[in-house]
Amino acid sequence: MTDLADLSIAEAGRQLRAGDITSIDLWEATVTRIAYTEPHLHAFLTVDRDGARAAAHAADAAFKAGEDAGPLQGIPIALKDNMCTKGLATTASSRMLEGWVPPYDGTAVAKLRAGGAVLVGKTNLDEFAMGSSTENSAFGTSRNPWDTNRVPGGSSGGSAGSVAAGAAMGAFGSDTGGSIRQPAALCGVVGMKPTYGLVSRYGLIAFASSLDQIGPFARSVEDAALLLEGVAGHDIHDATSYRGEYPTFSDGLDLGVKGLRVGIVKELMVDAIDSEIRSASRAMADKLADAGADVVEVSLPSSEYALSAYYLIAPAECSANLARLDGVRYGNRVPADTTDEMMAKTRAAGFGPEVIRRILLGTYALSAGYYDAFYGQAQRVRTLVRQDFAKAYEHTDVLISPTTPTTAFEIGAKTDDPIAMYYSDVCTIPSNLAGDPSISVPVGLDTQGLPIGFQIMAPALGESTLFRAAAEVERLAEFTARPLLAVSKETV
Amino acid sequence: MAEWEAVIGIETHVELQTKSKMFCGCAVAFGEAPNTNTCPVCLALPGAIPVPNEEAIEGIVKIGTALDSTINKDSLFYRKNYFYPDLPKNYQISQYTFPVCEFGKLDIMVDGEPFTVGITRVHMEEDTGKSRHVGEGGRIHDASHSLLDFNRSGVPLVEVVTEPDIRTAEQARAYGAELQRIVRTLGVSDARLEEGSMRFDANVSVRRGPDAEFGTRTETKNVNSLRSLQRAITFEIDRQIRVLEEGGEIIQETRHWNEGKGVTISMRIKEESEDYRYFQEPDMLPLEIDEEWQQRVKANQPELPAQKRARYVGLGTDTHTAELLADDPALGGLFDEAVGAGADAKQAGIWLTQEVVAYLRREEKTLSATALSAEHVAELATMVAAGDLSSTASKDVLNGVLAGEGTPREIAESRDLIQISDSGFLDTEVDAVIADNAGAFEKLVAGDMKMIGFFVGQVMKRTGGKADPRLVSEMVRTKVQG
Amino acid sequence: MPVDIDIAKVAHLARIDLSAEELAQYGAQLSVILEYAERVSSLPTEGVEPTSHPLPATNAFRPDVVTPSLTNEEALAMAPEAEDGYFRVPRILGEP
Repeated sequence: MTDLADLSIAEAGRQLRAGDITSIDLWEATVTRIAYTEPHLHAFLTVDRDGARAAAHAADAAFKAGEDAGPLQGIPIALKDNMCTKGLATTASSRMLEGWVPPYDGTAVAKLRAGGAVLVGKTNLDEFAMGSSTENSAFGTSRNPWDTNRVPGGSSGGSAGSVAAGAAMGAFGSDTGGSIRQPAALCGVVGMKPTYGLVSRYGLIAFASSLDQIGPFARSVEDAALLLEGVAGHDIHDATSYRGEYPTFSDGLDLGVKGLRVGIVKELMVDAIDSEIRSASRAMADKLADAGADVVEVSLPSSEYALSAYYLIAPAECSANLARLDGVRYGNRVPADTTDEMMAKTRAAGFGPEVIRRILLGTYALSAGYYDAFYGQAQRVRTLVRQDFAKAYEHTDVLISPTTPTTAFEIGAKTDDPIAMYYSDVCTIPSNLAGDPSISVPVGLDTQGLPIGFQIMAPALGESTLFRAAAEVERLAEFTARPLLAVSKETV
Repeated sequence: MAEWEAVIGIETHVELQTKSKMFCGCAVAFGEAPNTNTCPVCLALPGAIPVPNEEAIEGIVKIGTALDSTINKDSLFYRKNYFYPDLPKNYQISQYTFPVCEFGKLDIMVDGEPFTVGITRVHMEEDTGKSRHVGEGGRIHDASHSLLDFNRSGVPLVEVVTEPDIRTAEQARAYGAELQRIVRTLGVSDARLEEGSMRFDANVSVRRGPDAEFGTRTETKNVNSLRSLQRAITFEIDRQIRVLEEGGEIIQETRHWNEGKGVTISMRIKEESEDYRYFQEPDMLPLEIDEEWQQRVKANQPELPAQKRARYVGLGTDTHTAELLADDPALGGLFDEAVGAGADAKQAGIWLTQEVVAYLRREEKTLSATALSAEHVAELATMVAAGDLSSTASKDVLNGVLAGEGTPREIAESRDLIQISDSGFLDTEVDAVIADNAGAFEKLVAGDMKMIGFFVGQVMKRTGGKADPRLVSEMVRTKVQG
Repeated sequence: MPVDIDIAKVAHLARIDLSAEELAQYGAQLSVILEYAERVSSLPTEGVEPTSHPLPATNAFRPDVVTPSLTNEEALAMAPEAEDGYFRVPRILGEP
């Protein structure tokens, strides 16, 4: 019999509604899984046992009363610890916010609660979502369930790992330059970054406001679509929230790719991408063609500058976004004789090295005399990247590429080389700059037994097409492997 | 060598009296308990982001339109980055390039001379919180610690920046006063200087004559009345001239107006120019104030103070009365209604700005707390014009009306103040007096015009003071000529 | 081309109190990263408008409606120091 913790959200939903299982059953399976995976993974910073149990009871009561708030009712879901949760500590993995309890729920969190979701707890991340491995967390590195000597990716490494290990049925993270798709690829799960503005950013601790998006982690494409539907929609609290209509994402997952125009991105299939990953991507492209897609090669010529542009834009925005962390109104304070000293000492002690690096980088890029050469130029390159995409979409419906240049790397392998670490996001960043939706779907394992992610990109608000293509990739990949940790507790 | 000339530019911050703050739903309120009108957005809690208040944008468009500005169709918010404990985000959402309004002007009158002040820009931003310095008399440098209240944090703030067109402290004051009238007329702000909902910073420099290069300027802050604006600028001009004449140098710096001592004091010398690292606010979309929006604001613009003053003068008031009426919306409103109801404008203006204002001051009342209506003023004016009431008696009656004793006629009758202006009756009285005082009348006929007063006095005596003295005087003159 | 950075000034602007040693270390790292980031300048961008924002929309407003604020207790709940309903901080030197 399948462990309930390994059910898909869609299947669990069917069984809940059929009365075969209860939400408490799901919660107990989840909390049992957490108990034996967590010592190896450290995916969570907080597990809200009491809150989750109460939510599971409430979901069961609702089912009993015939009330159905939607597909997430009664489903155990984990949240990246940069999403504000009222009454539950939210730290963004920073010493600065250790013990901070928000007095409010972010909009996505509020929607999940209203939808009857069982919020399991808060997952580990790179401090303020800056990193690609969770090694920048102030509260310890999370580990990859496929190999606990390796990183789960980042910054949403805890969310990715928890879903891969069955410690949550779904999770949410945030993606600024690949922080959902890259860890999803490294942990062998589906990870999706929606169109900028589709999910409210209110209550998401900001890294780079013009790039940040909340998105789901799941073990299937269908689950990812259901999770996204649970949080998407216009929000009066976010001026950049999308105001128009959009279709239901989970419809049309069975439509296949016949006639779909698919472009494989030339610049993301270069030598710098691990050859096994390139082969897997090429193989999937061929399978898509066999399934009836019209696969062509496309070029995004500016994309090789995207990483450079990103490492000016994101730090610039973060240098202002993180300025509010000053020890005045909340957070940890280092005492000093004057407020100015207090602020400077508090920030030096509260931020980790990567955060300091990026704040300094962004401050410099915005400062007088350098603005135009750095920040201004990066914004113009951003325009070129967008124009490249627009041109490619004139004759394609979706674009495909590897999600990451490597599979999961060993802990410590890149900590001394920021540029090498930054390169982890080379395939994912262009979609953030463009504001377009993008998804990573696991398509196989490399020779070391580590998952390989395959990325699909679509134009803004092209989520339906994106999910439709992703569902076909999922069928074609027949990726059924699970990390050992999730399969048997006896073996760990 | 040419005479010294001052070059002055004024930056004015105006808090808009919207119901809620600029970027969140907290109430805009003055004088409430500390930190009771705050939320995640205006406390800058992690994760909170701003959404602009439409009414505040409407407010700045109103101000820009009243100042004859170009309203930019496309306008952007920026982050102005600097660390200060009263600024929760440690950046202020403001505007930089592409403010809402540019290239405006404001016409003012100084000593009867028209003068135009160019408006460089009018932009939208947010206010900071307030800090209180504790210990050692509350002075910032001697304080032991400070206390922060964020109720004001995020209140919509409009900054109006002038060109360096102003040359005298009097012009600066007149500009400040006129700007205050305008924002009050528009109903966008109560513009109370003493409460800080309107604040001036004065940039002052001096030079040798109008053709010389601009001198180094100082910026004077903490000016919280129109009078101190004028005093501070006067002080600063004199100080700079003195320094320069003594061979010294003016340092570019911020100075603080000390009201008690009547001096400006150096706050600090800017070591280097501030590096605010402005960049476009990514949490906000661009503003688009299209033609339709601009036209709607223009069409709904209330009568501005200058227009109102001109209209009042056109109706017959003198310039000073027109200013007083235009400055007080309650008085001005009553004036308009009274004139509409048929009152003589000149007479009504004088009553309202003199008798009524004196009464209100004496009784410490507002106009609306009195019984005075436009109909009363019109009735009173009609009675005076008809000669039923003397000018002197009209003031008594007016005070009675203000005190709620009744209508002007009721009061005039009950106080027995109605004048006799029945010419048939008065003619008989005049004849009787002339008959009784033939000697005096001869003197008058001989050309001693002083005797007119004697005859009028006699008639007044006979009628118990109720005759219309003007009419009697005219009658006596007619008799002399006859 | 190595990038020259006045790292002490940048750290001051960012209000991060770093030792001389840390400054030197961050300065060197930033120089390397900026050298990489400077690749953006090799792309010709004459006449290209900067993108600040991925959404092609304008005028996202909220109506002028008062919504509940936090209570004073909620506002101060996470304050490092509070006094009489205020946030308390050490002496403030200078004006903004």
